[in-house]
Amino acid sequence: MSDFFAMGGHGFFIWMSFGVTALFMVIEVIAVKRSRQTVLKQLLRLARADLRKAQS
Amino acid sequence: MVSENAIAWYHFSSPKNFYPLAGRLIPWFWGLAVILLVVGLYMSFFVAPTDYKQGESYRIIFVHVPAAWMSMFIYLVMAAYAIIGLTWKLRMAEMMASALAPTGAMFTFLALWTGAFWGKPTWGAYWVWDARLTSELILLFLYIGYMSLQSAIDDPRRAARASALLAIVGVINLPVIYWSVKWWNTLHQGASVSPTMAPKMASIMITTMLVMTFAFWMYTIAVVLMRARRVILERERQTSWVMEMVNADPQAEMKK
Repeated sequence: MSDFFAMGGHGFFIWMSFGVTALFMVIEVIAVKRSRQTVLKQLLRLARADLRKAQS
Repeated sequence: MVSENAIAWYHFSSPKNFYPLAGRLIPWFWGLAVILLVVGLYMSFFVAPTDYKQGESYRIIFVHVPAAWMSMFIYLVMAAYAIIGLTWKLRMAEMMASALAPTGAMFTFLALWTGAFWGKPTWGAYWVWDARLTSELILLFLYIGYMSLQSAIDDPRRAARASALLAIVGVINLPVIYWSVKWWNTLHQGASVSPTMAPKMASIMITTMLVMTFAFWMYTIAVVLMRARRVILERERQTSWVMEMVNADPQAEMKK
C-alpha cells in the first residue's frame, strides 16, 4: 500500500497533480451549486417583495 | 425543407426551453463522467505499465494531456458560441459562452499546474519560458480577461458583445499553442498523438489518455450546463417564466 503511494519516489509530484485536479473539480461543482442557490434565493426575495407591494 | 432538427434547435435556443432541457440532461452527463473517471483512474494506476525511461512520474500525463486538450477545446467552443451570439444576437449562445469560460480557465490552470509537477522530476524545473508553456499561460490570461471584461460591464448585452470580440481575437493563440512544439525549439516534447503520424506511445497509454479525456469532457458538459442554468436565472430574471417557476415551487427548485 505505501509502495503504491510512494510511486517509485515520484509520489509527491503525482499526488500533487492528481490531487489538485480532483480538488478543483470538486470545488467547482460545489461553487456552481451554491451560486445558483444564491441567485434563486435573491429571486424568491424579489418575488415576495412584489407580492407584498401588490397586496398593500 | 425545414427539418425537425432545425425546429428543435430553434426551440432550445430559447432560454425558457433550454433551462428544463439542461436540467434533464445534467444527471446523464454526471453518470458518464463518473463511470469514465473510475475506469480512467483505474487504468492510469493499475493497467498502464511503468515507463522505462521516466518511471512512475509519467502517469501525470493521464491528467495533464486531457486537461490541456480540454483547455483548448473549451476555448474553441466558447469562441464558436461567441460568434453565433454576435451574428444572430442569440441570447442563449451568449450565455453558453460565458458559462464555458470558468471551466476552461480551470483546465488551463490545471494543465500548467500538472505540467509543472511533471516538469520538475523530468526536466529539473517547475517552469521554463518555453513556447508551449508561455502560449498556454497566455490562454489562461485570455480566459481571465474574458471573465473580467464581462464582470466589468454592467449591461449584459454590451458585456456579451465586448467579451465575444475578445474571445474571437484570442482564437489566434490556439494554433500557436498547438504547433508551438514544431515552430520553436521547445523543451516541451512534441505531440504524443497526432492524426497524421503513428503514435509514439504504447496503445494502452493512449487508450487511458483518451478515457480520461472523455471523462473530463463529460464533466465539462455537466458542470457547464449547471452554470448555464444559473446564468439564465440571472439574465432572465425579469421574464415572467422565471418568476412563475420560482414562485410555483421554490423548495423544489432550490434542491435541484
